[in-house]
Amino acid sequence: MAVIINKWRELDRWFVVGAGLSVILALPVLAILFSYSHLSAELWRHLYDTTLSEYLTNSVLLTLGVGLGSMFLGVALAWCVTQYTFWGRGFFEWALLLPLAMPAYIIAYTYTGMFDQFGWFDSRTLLGAIVLMSLVLYPYVYILAKTAFSSQQHTYQDAAASLGVTHARYFFKVALPIARPAVFTGMALAMMEALADYGTVAYFGISTFTTGIFRTWFGMGEMQLASQLAGALAVFVLLVLGLEKYSRRNMRFYQTQIPHQDMRVNTYTNTQSKPFLSPLLMSVFCLVVLAVAFIIPVFQLCIWAWEFAEVSVIDEYLSLVSNSFLLAFSTSVLIVALALLLSYAQRFSTHSQVSGLTQFAALGYAIPGTVLAIGVLQPLGWLDEQINVLWAFVFDEYIGLVFSGTFVALMFAYCVRFLSVALHNTQNGLERIKPNVDDAVLTLGLGRLRIFSRIHLPLLKKSILAAGILVFVDVLKELPATLILRPFNFNTLAVKAFEYATDERLLAAALPSVTIVLVGIIPVILLTRAMK
Amino acid sequence: MKKLAVALVLSLLSPLSLPSMALANDNVVEAELNIYSARKEVLIKPLLDKFSEQYNVKINLVTGKADALLARAKSEGQFSPVDIIITTDVGRLARAKSQSLTQPMTAMLPEFVTLKDQDNHWVALTTRNRPILINPLTVDSNAITSYEDLIKPIFKGRVCIRSSSNIYNQSLVAAMIIQKGEEQALAWSKGLVENFARRPKGGDRDQIKALVSGVCDVAVANTYYLAAMRNADEASQAIANQVKVIWPNQSDRGVHLNISGIAIAKHAKNIHAANLLIETMLQKEAQYWYANTNYEYPVDPSIEWSGTLKAMGTFKHESIDLNQVGELNAQALRIMDKAGWR
Repeated sequence: MAVIINKWRELDRWFVVGAGLSVILALPVLAILFSYSHLSAELWRHLYDTTLSEYLTNSVLLTLGVGLGSMFLGVALAWCVTQYTFWGRGFFEWALLLPLAMPAYIIAYTYTGMFDQFGWFDSRTLLGAIVLMSLVLYPYVYILAKTAFSSQQHTYQDAAASLGVTHARYFFKVALPIARPAVFTGMALAMMEALADYGTVAYFGISTFTTGIFRTWFGMGEMQLASQLAGALAVFVLLVLGLEKYSRRNMRFYQTQIPHQDMRVNTYTNTQSKPFLSPLLMSVFCLVVLAVAFIIPVFQLCIWAWEFAEVSVIDEYLSLVSNSFLLAFSTSVLIVALALLLSYAQRFSTHSQVSGLTQFAALGYAIPGTVLAIGVLQPLGWLDEQINVLWAFVFDEYIGLVFSGTFVALMFAYCVRFLSVALHNTQNGLERIKPNVDDAVLTLGLGRLRIFSRIHLPLLKKSILAAGILVFVDVLKELPATLILRPFNFNTLAVKAFEYATDERLLAAALPSVTIVLVGIIPVILLTRAMK
Repeated sequence: MKKLAVALVLSLLSPLSLPSMALANDNVVEAELNIYSARKEVLIKPLLDKFSEQYNVKINLVTGKADALLARAKSEGQFSPVDIIITTDVGRLARAKSQSLTQPMTAMLPEFVTLKDQDNHWVALTTRNRPILINPLTVDSNAITSYEDLIKPIFKGRVCIRSSSNIYNQSLVAAMIIQKGEEQALAWSKGLVENFARRPKGGDRDQIKALVSGVCDVAVANTYYLAAMRNADEASQAIANQVKVIWPNQSDRGVHLNISGIAIAKHAKNIHAANLLIETMLQKEAQYWYANTNYEYPVDPSIEWSGTLKAMGTFKHESIDLNQVGELNAQALRIMDKAGWR
């Protein structure tokens, strides 16, 4: 007995928590990878002979394009608003997050509709898809880069300036390298979202890995093969993420002091030397991005919605709004809590494997929602069956489905899909806090809970809020998994918008679409208030 | 925090998912009916609401993509709550049957019903046709009378059609395999690709718009979309009215036909209500609604078509085993893959 108690004491509980949660969250991805147990050489041969190379090329181009596009926009905008004073800076600082609320397929439909109307040019090309997706995905980079830039220490600036380093050079040589984990994280999120996108590429007729997955599944009825393709996609993402982690294995990025609250005190922009960009240009740049990514499409959607809106459906819309809001809100609380637990497990556990496990658990983000939903259904279906067998044995009747077709299944799917978004933010925030802070507090005899509430929480506040908002908006926009897993008689705004859009009724789709955007704005504004 | 969040959501939202209180009624044994529908909610809800009111049956509905819903039903297995499966093409009905997700219906089917599974696993509710559309200003309507004409050299660079990922194109080619053989279907697909005006993109309405804007002169699209455009906003009407429908292959096999259909799920618990719903959907009132609100062709020949449908003209359609069309879907896709039709 004493041995067991000793063992329990020795047991790394953080490892148990981290590994346990990771394994549960990894079940759907494992179910998808399990499809490799039935490999059909003949089908793969057919794909290889016909379409596979096109899927790969387009997916790689799209993903890289969106990665670079959102990096350029996100970093440039974040740099401007954190470093300079220019007209409208205070407004742009939060408004530039707004495009986040715009689902990629909706901006695609909107611009295509507009261009069709005016007959200017055809946006339905690979380049069009890259530009449009970058426009709505850059906030992932922006939000993280902004936090990273604004929390960089002024001592670096002072040192660099005293050595005669120009601001431009400082950006490339000091600021950007320090912000690298944040920027890469943002890029990775944008790229994974682009990789898993179905709505936009399907509408534009671009054959990517994702459209290929659905082609094999829906067209050929080969769900196994489709799962295998999705599995390959996930493994590819795991590889890239692993490579990036590996490449900075010997680097640490700590923040050793609380950043200045007043960002106007800037060594570079306060000196007499001219900034390397004119303030007017910065205002114009921010305005153009905001207009193209948000104001113009929202304005167009409002016009369509106004033309089409029927007062009679207002009740239905209210219930759609409350459904969507409640679901997104509660899910984001749940996911952020999970992400924090996993991040801490990684920090406190002595087992280095925890990091790899959580990474694996967070793979869901790169898998198209529909495929992931099937991955969720399989283990839950099995579990339901076992419960029923047991229930029937004890009570001599069946209890029916406990998980499948309920909110449990839906929220589980969201957790698997969006954990990555929250995790990247919380890990990033936590990484910047030196472990010797923890050690210092522990030597003072305070528990880990105290470390969290007294030391970490204030430092992590921004990261936690960012994680919550990103997940909230993502759940609000989420479509494919919601579509399959939702309970009877339960609709969200995204489902409604999709139903009209796929029936090619763009005008009718405008109202729910613009409502998604408007509901998504609320937390974005709250976030920026809280971050001040 | 986690528990709290789950509890919060469940307490706020779960009443929606709980079964309603049983309502005893003379007309029907069961109090509710659970439906998985690939047909969009707005395109079916009015009929379901009516049924619900008439027979005092609570309808529970989930809409979504057909294959995804079938996958859900499959993974839910014997405990699946689903009673009725509704799809918008025959391929998925055939697939549901072959995956043992359906059971024979016992509903009294009217005499006019010919489009159904030989084992009564599914029945068609409406038909959808996929004719050729032309811009009459640039194409002489006598120049094109069949699907085969689409691959003639004179139409090089003038044909618009959407992606082969689209189910209607897949069933078009599948039907061609049945009637003309695999080789000819491949040759036709290749010829079509050579005549493409542009890479396939957008939906059926986009092909119609492309006809009018001059991107192409000939297109293939379902009448359903054309009819809907002719009844939509002014801009859409203006475009749709410039397009002419050509009913292809009228001297031989007829225009390609697909269906929207309904089936009873294998593990259905509310079988009486399910059969009753099928009977109701085939009654005049429902059939009339389809033809006049939804611009689909009713399966009941006695129903008068809407003005829009009449204006597009009468036609002869294919008469082939629809289950076979569904079964050949995968093969059709492979052929289109080989032909380079993306």
